[in-house]
Amino acid sequence: MTGMTLRLQDIEITLKGQRLLQINAQIEPGATLTVMGPSGAGKSSLLAYIAGFLAPEFQAQGEIWLGERCLNGLPPEQRKVGLLFQDPLLFPHLSVAQNLTFALPADVPDRSARVELALENVGLAGFAERDPATLSGGQKARVSLQRLLLSNPHAVLLDEPFSRLDSHLRQEVRQHVFQTLRDASLPAILVTHDAEDARAADGTVIELG
Amino acid sequence: MLRAAPALMVILLVIPVLLGLAAVVLPAFGYLPVLGLTDPGLAVWRELLEVPGIGHSVALSLAAGVITPLLALLLVMLFLAAVSGTRWARIMRQLVAPLLAVPHAAAAFGLAFLIAPSGLALRLISPELSGWQRPPDLLILNDPLGLSMMAGLVLKEIPFLLLMALAVLPQLHADQRVAMARTLGYRPVYAWLWAVAPALYPLLRLPLFAVIAFASATVDVALILGPSLPPPLSVRIVGWFADPDLTTRMLASAAALLQLTVTLSAIAIWLIAERLLTPLLRQLSLRGIRRRGQATINFIGRSTLIVTLGTLMLSLMVLCLQAFAGPWRFPDNLPTAWTIQHWQSVGSVLSTPLGNTLLLGLTSVLFTVALVLAALEYESRRGLAPQRLLWAIYIPLLVPQVAFLYGLTLLLEQLRWQPGLLVVGFSHCLFVLPYVYLTLADPYRRLDPRWQQLAAALGASPMRVWWRIKLPLLLAPIATACAVGFAVSIGQYLATLLTGAGRVSTLTTEAVALASGGTRGPIAVWALMQTILPMLGFALALALPRIIWRHRQAMRGSLT
Repeated sequence: MTGMTLRLQDIEITLKGQRLLQINAQIEPGATLTVMGPSGAGKSSLLAYIAGFLAPEFQAQGEIWLGERCLNGLPPEQRKVGLLFQDPLLFPHLSVAQNLTFALPADVPDRSARVELALENVGLAGFAERDPATLSGGQKARVSLQRLLLSNPHAVLLDEPFSRLDSHLRQEVRQHVFQTLRDASLPAILVTHDAEDARAADGTVIELG
Repeated sequence: MLRAAPALMVILLVIPVLLGLAAVVLPAFGYLPVLGLTDPGLAVWRELLEVPGIGHSVALSLAAGVITPLLALLLVMLFLAAVSGTRWARIMRQLVAPLLAVPHAAAAFGLAFLIAPSGLALRLISPELSGWQRPPDLLILNDPLGLSMMAGLVLKEIPFLLLMALAVLPQLHADQRVAMARTLGYRPVYAWLWAVAPALYPLLRLPLFAVIAFASATVDVALILGPSLPPPLSVRIVGWFADPDLTTRMLASAAALLQLTVTLSAIAIWLIAERLLTPLLRQLSLRGIRRRGQATINFIGRSTLIVTLGTLMLSLMVLCLQAFAGPWRFPDNLPTAWTIQHWQSVGSVLSTPLGNTLLLGLTSVLFTVALVLAALEYESRRGLAPQRLLWAIYIPLLVPQVAFLYGLTLLLEQLRWQPGLLVVGFSHCLFVLPYVYLTLADPYRRLDPRWQQLAAALGASPMRVWWRIKLPLLLAPIATACAVGFAVSIGQYLATLLTGAGRVSTLTTEAVALASGGTRGPIAVWALMQTILPMLGFALALALPRIIWRHRQAMRGSLT
C-alpha cells in the first residue's frame, strides 16, 4: 500500500488579530509529525483547520495538500482525513459492528465480512453485536482505530488520543496506534502534552508557543 | 429545505400575531366597512369606557398580571433556595414535568372542587373542627377580588417556572457557585440566594413575561375560578365577540387593544419594580448574611413547596374522586356510593372531541417538531448565534392571546376561510412551536460537536450525520419536546374556541363549556380525560428511549 504525503504550506491561524501559530511541514506516508505546546497555543485549531472544522471566529490561511489533492475548501466528509480524539467516541446508540459499518464507504462490497475481519485483526472477534458501553478502555480504543481505518482515510489527525487512558493501558494503546498507522502508510499529525507520546511517534517534533 | 426553516418559523410565529393585531385597529376606531361604518372616530372608545364595571375588569386583569408572576417567582426562588443540594431537589425535579402536563382548565377545576364551600378541603375539617353541618355561605370560588383565580394561576405557573429554571441552572454551574459560597461560610440557602439567584433571574425574565401575558389575559381559568360580576377583561372580550349583534365587534376590537395595553402595562410595572428593587437586593446580598434566619427560610421554603405541589396533586385526586362519586352529602369525606355513570354519560359523546384533540395534538406536534429540528440543524451547520430567534419564539407567548386571536379570526372570516380543523390546527402550532423550540434548543446545542466532526471525518454527508447520528442521539429530548407540544395543544382553549368559531370541539372546550352550571361528575370526567392524554404523552416520551435503547447503556437516562 503506497501512502500519500501530507503537506502544510505556510499555514497561519489567527484569533482576533493575534497570531496563534505558523507552520510549514511535509509528512511522509507512515510518518508522524508531533505538535507540542501549552493549552491555548492553537494545537487543536491546527487539527480543526486541516479536518475542516475551524470555528468561524478563527482566521486561517495556507494550503493543505494530501497527495495531489488540495484540501482547502473541501467539506470535511470529502477530505479523507481521519480523526482520533481523547475519548474513543464510539457512537453510543450503535452496536460495535454498526459503528464500524457506519465508517465503510458506500461502494465497499461484503460489508459485514469486512467488519468481521477488522474485529478479528484486533482480537475482538465475536464482539460485533456488543454495546460499546460494555467494552473495556483498551477495547474501545482498538475499535475506534479500526473504525477510522475502515473509512479509508489518506491521513490521520490525533488529538491527545492517549491522555485519558490509565498509564498501563497508555503504553499498549500507543504502540498499537503507531504500529497500525505505519503499517497502513498513513501520514499523521499528533497533538500532545506528553513527551512520551512524541518519543513513541518517532518523528519530527514542533514546539508551539 | 433546511435553509427555509428558520424563515418559515419566524413567519409562522410573527405574521399571524401582527395581522391579528392590525385587524382590530381599524374597527376599534370605528371603521368597519362590512357593516357600512366608514366614519372613523373615538366613539367606540367612549362606549367602551362607559360599559358598566369596565374599570373593575381592567383592574382585575392588571392585578392578576402582576401578582401572579410575582408570587410564582418568589415561591420558585424560595423552593430552589430551600432544597438546593438536598434530596428534595430530585423529588421536585421528578414532579415538575407531570405537573406541567396538567392543562390549566383541569387544574382549575380540581382546585375549584377542592376549595369550594362544599369542596373536599372543608369536608375534611367538617363537622369535627369547623362545626359546619352544611356548606358555609362563603364566596370562595369566583370571589370578586379574583383571589381564587390568581391562586389557580400561581399553582399552574409554578411548575412552568420551575422547569425553565431547572433547565438553565446547569449552564450557570449552580452547584459550583453554591459550593464556592459555602466554602466562604454561607449556609446553603444563602449560598443559593446570593450566588445563584441573581444570575438565574435574567434568564427567567422572558418566561416571566409569558406568565404575565397569560395571567393578565386568561380566559379558561377565569371562567372556572374567576369573578363573574364583573369578570376580567379577557372574558368580556370573548363574550362580546360571541355576541350576535355585529356592531358589538367594534367594542370587542377596542377592548382587544385595551387588553394589549393592560398586558403591556403589567410588563412595564414589572420592569419598573425590577429597576427599583435590583440595587436594594444587590446591597442586601453584600451584607454578608450567612446564617441568620436560614432555618426559617428553609422551613418556609419546604413547607410552601409541599403545600403548593401538594395542592396541585390533591386537586387531581379530587377530580378522580368526583369522577366516580355517587351521592356525596356535605360533611362526608367520601361519597356514600361509587358509580361509573358519569363516564358512561360522557362516553356517549366523547368520540368527536377526543378525535379532534388527538388529531390536532398529533399533527401540530409533528409539524412543529420537524420545523424546529430543521431550524436548529440549519443553525448548527451555519454556526449561527443561538439567541437570534428567541424574540420571535416568544412573540405568541407575550402578546395576549385574546387580543390577536380575535383579530385573526375577523381576518379569516373576511378571507372566507371556513373555520375548521385546519385553521384550528394552524393556530395551535402558533403556541406549540415556542414550547417545542424552548424544550429542544438547549439539548440540541449542547450535543458534543465531536460526534458530528467524527462522523463527517469518517466520510458521512451532513444529511447522513443528521439522520444516523444526531437525531438518534437526541431521541430522548425530541420525545420530551413532542410530549410538551402535545400537552400544550391539548390545553388550548381560546385558540380552539375562536379560530374554530365554536364549531370544533375538543376535550378542553367541552370541559370549560361546563364551567358555569355543569354538574361536578361530568366536569371531573372531562377534566380527567384532558389530563390523562398529556400524561400518557409524557409517560411515552420517558419510556420510548428506554425501550429503544435497552441494549445501549450509555443512551439510558442521559440527555447526551
